Amino acid sequence: MSGIPHDHYEPKTNLEKGMEARLPILGLLYTTIMAPTPKNLNWMWIWGIVLTFTLALQIITGIVLVMHYTPHVDMAFASIEHIMRDVNGGHMIRYFHMNGASLFFLAVYAHIFRGLYYGSYKAPREVTWIIGMLIYLLMMGTAFMGYVLPWGQMSFHGTAVITGLFGAIPFIGESIQTWLLGAGAVGQPALNRFFSLHYLMPFIIAGLVILHIWAFHHTGNNNPTGVEVRRTSKEDAKKDTLPFWPYFVIKDLFALAVILVVFMAVVGFMPNYLGHPDNYIPANALATPAHIVPEWYFLPFYAILRAFTADVWVVQIVQFLSFGIIDAKFFGVLAMFGAIAVMALAPWLDTSSVRSGRYRPMFKWWFALLVVDFILLMWVGARPTEFPYDWISLIASTYWFAYFLVILPLLGVIEKPDTPPATIEDDFNAHYPAKGSTAAAKPAE
Amino acid sequence: MTMFRKLTLSAVAAVSLLGTQAAAEGDVHIKDVDFSFDGMFGAFDQMQLQRGLQIYTEICSACHGLEHVAIRTLGDEGGPALPEDQVFAYAEYYEVFDQALFDGEGDFRPATPADKFPAVTSVGAPDLSLMAKARAGFHGPAGTGLNQLWYGMGGAEYVTAILSGYEEEPECAADANMDGYYNTAFASGGFPASCVDEEGHNMVLGSWIGMAPPLYDGAIEFADGHANDVQAMSEDTAAFLMWTAEPKMMARKQAGLTGVIFLAILSVLLYLTNKRLWAPHKKKD
Repeated sequence: MSGIPHDHYEPKTNLEKGMEARLPILGLLYTTIMAPTPKNLNWMWIWGIVLTFTLALQIITGIVLVMHYTPHVDMAFASIEHIMRDVNGGHMIRYFHMNGASLFFLAVYAHIFRGLYYGSYKAPREVTWIIGMLIYLLMMGTAFMGYVLPWGQMSFHGTAVITGLFGAIPFIGESIQTWLLGAGAVGQPALNRFFSLHYLMPFIIAGLVILHIWAFHHTGNNNPTGVEVRRTSKEDAKKDTLPFWPYFVIKDLFALAVILVVFMAVVGFMPNYLGHPDNYIPANALATPAHIVPEWYFLPFYAILRAFTADVWVVQIVQFLSFGIIDAKFFGVLAMFGAIAVMALAPWLDTSSVRSGRYRPMFKWWFALLVVDFILLMWVGARPTEFPYDWISLIASTYWFAYFLVILPLLGVIEKPDTPPATIEDDFNAHYPAKGSTAAAKPAE
Repeated sequence: MTMFRKLTLSAVAAVSLLGTQAAAEGDVHIKDVDFSFDGMFGAFDQMQLQRGLQIYTEICSACHGLEHVAIRTLGDEGGPALPEDQVFAYAEYYEVFDQALFDGEGDFRPATPADKFPAVTSVGAPDLSLMAKARAGFHGPAGTGLNQLWYGMGGAEYVTAILSGYEEEPECAADANMDGYYNTAFASGGFPASCVDEEGHNMVLGSWIGMAPPLYDGAIEFADGHANDVQAMSEDTAAFLMWTAEPKMMARKQAGLTGVIFLAILSVLLYLTNKRLWAPHKKKD
């Protein structure tokens, strides 16, 4: 399976041989679990396990919640309270699921930014990257629909706002919105289909996760140097790698346990901290909350959506050039989806010959600014749309696009990158010099 | 690497800051109350919950329901923990509509512990089951959520502030003829234009609320002789409503503590395992 030379599965007992001759699943498991993995992976390479764990956590808690939940506009809210009060352990299961979404997005953002910094999206890992982006899109859809299910005030009015985005599409927007909601307004049809899709999509995500893992097992993991594992011989490859089991399994489990300490503390001691109090008020079409604010993980893109108002000259020019078809609202929608699209296009926008940001002196700073920009967008996405927040969100949104569309392509041309180490083994040994040896220099950060 | 670690840390920090968002229309000031259930080890004060139940029963229940709360849960551990006979006796205080009676026509009958508190909807007063979670007393600063991190969401503080926040109408509203009652903690009620200054800022805290002041000093005599001024009764009511909103809080904190300790030990063991596992490859032995 893997392009890296490695040991193959040798069935030993007759049972194993018989099984392998009929269904080579043991061999598949062996190559997956024993995959040669670059031995210099740092602590930013733990998020994959965290994400896999969280997906399982969400599916398992979700399946139990469904056993007690009623997708009906008159009963959904009360059925959640039934879970919180009457179901054995229900309050914990529900709080795990609720905060599990936040853990999921925290991990996926760390995972994505890891990829952006170390150039994990670059050839030959573009397909892994694209699958990852699809997973991320599905995650957002799933999280949004899940938030609708308790049928609280934010569920209801958030649904109106988000499906309203599709209503901004010229000519066909209203029909699409009606089609999505199954009615002219948010109500029973919307709740039912969101429930159905919220149950379905995690399994599609799980399927894509398998493809995601398959893809990077085929190309081999990226690593902090961005230097490929030597494929010249099995011996060379072994100098650069260690098998996934037990080295990375134990390392990742350790990281997961530490993260779960924090997660458990949030669930146990402040489970509603990341939520919005208004969602403990049953949905009421007649009373719109003063501020409709999405969950924290949507805020950066929500900020981009709101940044491009009708008084921004770019919006005005586009509106003029498109004969008014692309108005400010539709522009905002395009910008929001565009912000994710440009990220997905990173493999083709980055022109640098060096993969890892570690050896790119200028890129490092622009990347750091992108991280700050993302956090700034997250903050400003929850602020009212008034001065100075309108300016902050506009500037921050512009930088998001500039990073992908201008800075990434240009940097590859104007930047003079440092020289990465020749092999992963060199990098690893530089970090962990043999006792008594003074020859190996401390690696430059 | 160090750079990435810093970035990760700042990202994690930022995420934790972005809890909830300021939602107040008018300016209100909500004081932190030192509730017994605050903090990681805080627990409900059973006597306080029973006093709160008494206030709810004698005053609040005239207009407000608790439709999600089952009467039997009054006997639950970690709650008011009434003895069983008292729970049965308390249930009879209420009448509930039972569709099964009178050949399916339905009729009223005395409640049993298996019933929920009746929903009261006729007077437009909101149900109180989740009130302490549906309101946040603390916001910000500047949308960062730090205050909620230090003080909690402040739902019980909000309830306390509302119940004890009634004051004489400010002078600026003397000619405004406002409906309702002036309350310094209520943000989203009516507000007279005469109390807004030239820059558009409210000159006084709060706004006008529809609910008449429900409590007055000495409104209720507690069997244990506990203080019954407005502030004390407001806090008792708020504690009771925190329990109705989050009846499993004690069990949750216990589970959280057990989980944190268990996972912390697991982390240490995995750390040591990982260290030993990698040692030969890091040439440290």
